[in-house]
Amino acid sequence: MKFGIQVNEGPYTHEASVSALNFVKAALDAGHEIFRVFFYHDGVNNGTRLTTPPQDDINIVQSWSELAEKHNIDLVVCVAAAQRRGIVDEGEQERNGKDANNIAPGFRISGLGQLIEAGIQCDRLVVFGD
Amino acid sequence: MSDVKKFMYVNRKAPYGTIYAWEALEVVLIGAAFEQDVSLAFVDDGVFQLVKGQDTTELGIKNFSPTYSALGDYDVNKIYVEKESLDARGLTIDDLMPLTYEDEDDDWAEKDSIRVVTAAEMAEILEQQDVVLSF
Repeated sequence: MKFGIQVNEGPYTHEASVSALNFVKAALDAGHEIFRVFFYHDGVNNGTRLTTPPQDDINIVQSWSELAEKHNIDLVVCVAAAQRRGIVDEGEQERNGKDANNIAPGFRISGLGQLIEAGIQCDRLVVFGD
Repeated sequence: MSDVKKFMYVNRKAPYGTIYAWEALEVVLIGAAFEQDVSLAFVDDGVFQLVKGQDTTELGIKNFSPTYSALGDYDVNKIYVEKESLDARGLTIDDLMPLTYEDEDDDWAEKDSIRVVTAAEMAEILEQQDVVLSF
């Protein structure tokens, strides 16, 4: 089965992103396809490489990046939500005249159409959030 | 037309206090361009999103409620509001903004977009959907 995933909450504050991470791993283990993971609302905070959790805790951002690299998963951060919350890639940095960027490896910033497309293309769209 | 899916956006939270309602509306507006079969559900505190006369002056944040009135122009005209959620909050349909659309199949007659349905009816409507986005 082809899954689309929507993550609506940031890491650590809310369990949603870890639940999504576990769901994606389990789905892949079971032979399913992950078409895309779309990060919305505070979920965009899953995509900053500046996250530095305590060493005895899970590094959620890094876990997403590793998963993306290993399984070639499309991790998309919503541009409108990202701009509000300061998640920036090189393109956004240049476009908005910012002095830095912070997007984590394996993530890309794009529009809400990517979420709708996931709904259209996938057999199931699974939303993780509050 | 077989590639058209039934999309439902479920709005469960009050309009201010958190950003979920506003960012959900942004998804609906973008999603309208994809020409899918779209409907909206308002349940729990989500029914407050449609209350008329919203004034955020004292909050100091944007009042986005006028945007709901534009949904008809985006061909988003199936708006289901759960009766039990209204009742529990002392609201009736008269407390909600009148949302309308022009029916192209009926000489562009102006019609109401909002339909108040029971929780049981809402469950049936949800059952019919292909994609449910919950906010």
